[in-house]
Amino acid sequence: MSDALLTVDNLSKRFRGLKAVSNVTFTVPEGRILALIGPNGAGKTTSFNLIAGVFPPDEGTVTLKGQRLTGLKPNRVCAAGIGRTFQIVKPFGHLTVEENVVVGALARERSVETARRQARALLERLELADQAQRPARSLTLPDRKRLEVARALATRPTLLLLDEVLAGLRPTEVDRMVEVLRDLNRREGLTILMIEHVMRAVMALSDRVVVLDHGEKIADGSPADIVADPRVIESYLGAEEA
Amino acid sequence: MTILGLRNTWGVTGRGAALLALSGLALLLAPLVADRYLVSVLTTVLWFAYVGQAWNVMMGFSGLLSLGHALYVGLGAYASAALFIHFGIGPWAGALLAMLVAVAAGCGIGFLGFRFGVKGVHFALLTIAFAEVARVGFDHLQWLGGSGGFFLPVEAGVSDPLNLRGSPTLFYYVILALVLAALAISRLLLHSRLGYQWLAVREDAEAAEAVGVDLFHARMTAVAASSALTALGGVFQAFYFNNLFPEQVFSMGRSIEIILPAIVGGIGTLIGPILGAFILTPLGEGLTFLLEVSGLELPGLKQLFYGVALVVIVVFRPDGVWPWLASRLGLVRASGEGDER
Amino acid sequence: MPIDYYLNIAASGLLTGLLYGLAALGLSVIFGVVRVVNFAHGEMMVAGMYGAVLLAGYAGLDPLLSAPIVAAVLFVCGWLLQRGVVNRFVERPEHMQFILLLGVATILVNAMLMLFGPDSRNVAVPYGFDTLELGPLLLDEVRVRAGAAAIVIAAGLFAFFRFTRTGKAIRACADSPLGARVVGLNIDGLYALTFGIGAAVVGAAGALMTLLVDARPQLAPEYTLLSFIIVIVGGLGSLPGALLGGVLIGLSETLAGFLLTPSLKSLFSYAVLILVLLLRPQGLLGKRS
Repeated sequence: MSDALLTVDNLSKRFRGLKAVSNVTFTVPEGRILALIGPNGAGKTTSFNLIAGVFPPDEGTVTLKGQRLTGLKPNRVCAAGIGRTFQIVKPFGHLTVEENVVVGALARERSVETARRQARALLERLELADQAQRPARSLTLPDRKRLEVARALATRPTLLLLDEVLAGLRPTEVDRMVEVLRDLNRREGLTILMIEHVMRAVMALSDRVVVLDHGEKIADGSPADIVADPRVIESYLGAEEA
Repeated sequence: MTILGLRNTWGVTGRGAALLALSGLALLLAPLVADRYLVSVLTTVLWFAYVGQAWNVMMGFSGLLSLGHALYVGLGAYASAALFIHFGIGPWAGALLAMLVAVAAGCGIGFLGFRFGVKGVHFALLTIAFAEVARVGFDHLQWLGGSGGFFLPVEAGVSDPLNLRGSPTLFYYVILALVLAALAISRLLLHSRLGYQWLAVREDAEAAEAVGVDLFHARMTAVAASSALTALGGVFQAFYFNNLFPEQVFSMGRSIEIILPAIVGGIGTLIGPILGAFILTPLGEGLTFLLEVSGLELPGLKQLFYGVALVVIVVFRPDGVWPWLASRLGLVRASGEGDER
Repeated sequence: MPIDYYLNIAASGLLTGLLYGLAALGLSVIFGVVRVVNFAHGEMMVAGMYGAVLLAGYAGLDPLLSAPIVAAVLFVCGWLLQRGVVNRFVERPEHMQFILLLGVATILVNAMLMLFGPDSRNVAVPYGFDTLELGPLLLDEVRVRAGAAAIVIAAGLFAFFRFTRTGKAIRACADSPLGARVVGLNIDGLYALTFGIGAAVVGAAGALMTLLVDARPQLAPEYTLLSFIIVIVGGLGSLPGALLGGVLIGLSETLAGFLLTPSLKSLFSYAVLILVLLLRPQGLLGKRS
């Protein structure tokens, strides 16, 4: 197994006394795709926000390639090499699609011209090039999701955090996105941590799966092991019944 | 609605460029044909166009609603006038110090506001509160004339551009140069890395932060740029009118007058504030003229008209007149199929 | 007797503060439910003052009696304003709502300037110069009556929100507009009703204010800012907070007016506002969002 790129150690967060995430520990190996799954309210997005620096954890640490990220603001986390998407997409609505990605590219680029070239290349890659000059808010949901990915990629992350980028997509659109992600991972060695509900994609893409329930990690293993794990099945079924 | 986007704020067509160039030329030649009254009206128009652009940097580019911009006008005006009267420092050198004073004030307010997380309406109220504090404070500042007013010496027939003393035509060209400079600076800023980051913060602060934008830095630079530009408008005002009263200079009403051109013309656009000033001020002047001719005494009618203009614009043309006019007359390049309206 | 002296000042500040609080209550009600900041609030208050001036001039009505009439008229105006214009702005960006109401405020204040002129108009009441003796306190009768009326109106408002079906519906709507829509409440109607109530309350406060202050158009922006200061100090959207904030500002203004020069008293209020914005933006009684 390759070295850990991201190490999440003993992470905890409480909101008004309610434990959203408690003592969660996992690592994301370099060059791999790890999926974070669990029923609604399991603490997946909170974990993401803790890693991305939206708020600081009460306890625990986040480390990227040996660099401690705990307590850094989101823009510093981005500079350290983590790009993210939002579960509820957040395009810069009045800017064009291209301008959206340019802003991302400017995270590492001083020259607007160079940033624009990089943005165009990414839009090609995510099949958004023909929409480049449209205002972002006029895009359809699948296109907005791809724009989120393009904008995050433009910051040239070593780790990409994807928060349900497949939710709300049609099966064919899911397949296209899965293709793009696999390609990024295989060809460029991009490490990905994804929150996902679409199990088909989780099985197809991820090397490892971490399962959260009620803020705690209940399982961690290969996709095949996870679907056979009785605790995981129980947590999902329990959640269904409740 | 891509008009608010970057490209189309400048992506004018040949026809648009021709029209803009013609307007510029007309403004350049105006004093040759215009009489004294017209020159003074145009000077007022251009002054509002200028401060409107300065305000636009904060609200239009970065999404920070300041309703206390009279503060920066006033600080610029009082600082340059005080330097001139008390220390004999001319307005050109004084302008630098005046800008510094305004930037210090802007950054002070910004620092407090952003560090303490004061947002939206609360931030707007904070800017009003500081402007009001300045108004009351300057009323009691006897060194600067207090509520009785602060006056610059007026000598007829002196032409001394180095000290910004001279004919109305001189002032006209100074303010025209300021408007063009502000336009160039705004465009430069908007197309810079910083400008992209401002727009991103305006659109969605959380998403901007996630792609590496330092919110505090972006907002502080926007406040600094806007307050510096606005202060220059104050320097001009001090030397043009030669009198300053805290009650007028720092008033809430003045702050509203400053935001009007950009709102009417189009918040966040480059041409909008200029167009807005050219719509509003002549209409206001026309009303005043009509009242004079008809012999009616109706104080407040002009302001009432401004209020109606404000409501009509935000209800029917919330994006301002320029985006609408520009696409109607084919002055800007069409934005693919992105146009929703 | 310096202690009595300060007690008297405090008592009169408290009574004036109750009127301020009542005015701010209107602002708070509108913000709490419609989530729109009424920038024309002081203008509505001065409109209420002129209403009382006119009713006193033409019908000889005491402001205490004209207050309900003025409130009814302003209710209709507020209702129409929300129905006709503001309702379209509920979903729009905050700064657009702000600018819209700024426009409304500008129209109102200048219309009043044109109709009534810049000079002060006063309402004369037979008890205008009477004083009441309460133990060590010597209180102006106008102040006591106005303060008492403010308490009655505020109590009525609290009762309305607590005990009536409509009041409860409005509160539900304030908690969760979506939820309220789901259970079949008419949101637009409730918003209009709320804006009307807010306008009525501030109109009544204006009518009562004529007992203490002469009506002038120039008061309008001052009262708008004053109401803002009060609701922010008390907590935007918190009704008891508005009353508490009003009393606090009334007290501090009166004390500052006596201890410092009177013209500096507003500076004191702004300083309070800035401090509260920075240190406790949710206000004294507001909930942190």
